[in-house]
Amino acid sequence: MTDTDTPTVDNGVNVEALLGARQALTDAPQAALFQWRASCEWVNGTHSRSTVSGFSGLGEEHTHRQEFVLDADHPEVFASQDNGPTPPEIVLGALASCLTAGVATVATNRGVQLRSVTATIEGGMDLQGILGIDGDVRNGFDGIKVTYDIDADAPKADIEAIVAQSQKRSAVFDIVANPTTIHVEVT
Amino acid sequence: MRTPVVVIGAGQAGLAMSHHLTGRAIDHVVLDRGEVAQSWRTERWDSLRLLTPNWMSRLPGYRYRGDDPDGFMTKDDTIAFLDDYGRSFGAPVRTHVTVEEVRLRGSGFEVTTDAGVWSCDAVVAATGASSEPRRPAVAADLPGRIDQLTALQYRNPDQLADGEVLVVGASASGVQIADELRRSGRHVTVAVGEHVRLPRRYRGHDIHWWLDAVGHLDERYEEVDDIDRARRLPSLQLVGSSRPRTLDLNTLIATGVEVVGRFMRVAGTRAQFSGALAHLVANADLKLNRLLARIDEFALEHGLDAELTEATRPPATAVGTVPTELDLGRFATVIWATGYRPSFPWLDRAAFDQRGRLVHDGGAGALPGLYVLGLPFLRRRKSSFIDGVGPDAAELAGHLHAHLDRRVPPAARITRAG
Repeated sequence: MTDTDTPTVDNGVNVEALLGARQALTDAPQAALFQWRASCEWVNGTHSRSTVSGFSGLGEEHTHRQEFVLDADHPEVFASQDNGPTPPEIVLGALASCLTAGVATVATNRGVQLRSVTATIEGGMDLQGILGIDGDVRNGFDGIKVTYDIDADAPKADIEAIVAQSQKRSAVFDIVANPTTIHVEVT
Repeated sequence: MRTPVVVIGAGQAGLAMSHHLTGRAIDHVVLDRGEVAQSWRTERWDSLRLLTPNWMSRLPGYRYRGDDPDGFMTKDDTIAFLDDYGRSFGAPVRTHVTVEEVRLRGSGFEVTTDAGVWSCDAVVAATGASSEPRRPAVAADLPGRIDQLTALQYRNPDQLADGEVLVVGASASGVQIADELRRSGRHVTVAVGEHVRLPRRYRGHDIHWWLDAVGHLDERYEEVDDIDRARRLPSLQLVGSSRPRTLDLNTLIATGVEVVGRFMRVAGTRAQFSGALAHLVANADLKLNRLLARIDEFALEHGLDAELTEATRPPATAVGTVPTELDLGRFATVIWATGYRPSFPWLDRAAFDQRGRLVHDGGAGALPGLYVLGLPFLRRRKSSFIDGVGPDAAELAGHLHAHLDRRVPPAARITRAG
């Protein structure tokens, strides 16, 4: 950029490419239909290993640059071996990651340089649900609290607006906050 | 029958267009399925008042001249106001004529009604923004035991069976209906989606006075970043009342209304609501405070600061922790206040895109000679208000006039005497 009056914001997000994709997918809605996948294999006890590699979208198949592996297990207080985070913890991580990616993208689109972004996420759970002790207690989280600590070149109200917009456009926020129909089959 | 222009709908939009056509001596007829202001007569609840103060009831060549400029017209006042407006310039309204079909015919249109067929060079669709209620698909999953009403069918609390009411939607219709039902002694739950929170008054003026003053209402459709989104924005969370008052989620909660998130799904005997409510209310508060900051800035720039009352911001919306599931057995009635949409089932399919949306540029249709008027943000933010349809009608009447001139030499056109 030669215009020295406009400081260049670099949060490592290619906003032009995203805006271009938005326009392209507005014109070709079929290409916007993606499918995300994972496969999961039981290892032993409560330990399982999920693998993520391929997905479809833009009218074709894609593969990640490499196959990614996520181990999940239960902690030792549940008499397990703690070979990985619990599945609910993976959900918390996914929610925080999704919101944080949104913060970086929205901030860049709004010309805000980020210096640091830290999310702390907590989900409360009453185990009387999954243990079948009390039928009125749900299995899942009874609530999730996300706290952002953001150091950026912007007033607090603008940072709050960026965090709000990131929630508005977050896939995992929607996945967690709203019901989704799930079919589980056995082949 | 032959006339240069057929205007469909004798509400604020149709009459405003008729006034401009009359001024340009363009012969036309205004058809309405009922009377002038028909939807106000048949599709509004009893207690509804305009959301804009009386002084903002300005139509081309006509305005409110009563002794209560800061008051809000009742439903009956509004009907009388529009009736008087039509009479003031002798609008050529044909009442109780139902349009059945508008088809392209040659370079003009053929308008088929239950009272005969008109052929014309131009058609103005002025049937309004609220022809049909929007109702989410989840409505079909409710048990048949629960009475379902849309905001267009709601009249008053006595109309409902005894028992708890779930009001879905928290824009103007939803909060007003929930408030009225609560005041009648009902237990009321409101399912809240995206909404636009506003105080009724700010720093001694009505909020609409400010929106008008700062130029917000005059923002044009060519100027905004995303017009599709601007047109989809929910209506302002306001109420017109005998004494001006703010009606927001805090007000409702204080009177004992229960608040939950967006109604997402029926799962067995339970209704499931979105867990994103805290985000939606925080976002509405952020936008509210941004608007009020813009107003404060305007006041400062225009030297109004000294004469105004203090800049007190409304308290943050406090919804607390709300349930994401409720037993449907609690509810006797569900009221859908989930918005409205225009509907043109009689209009030639060539006027619509593949997704069934009417194609137009600020009201000038894709078919030459076709116009639409009175939709949200048609040409400016206030397009769907009584105060906003006039400027749109003026511009589109000019466009329409030029269209007629291109088609027919002026001398050959039939014009109305006087």
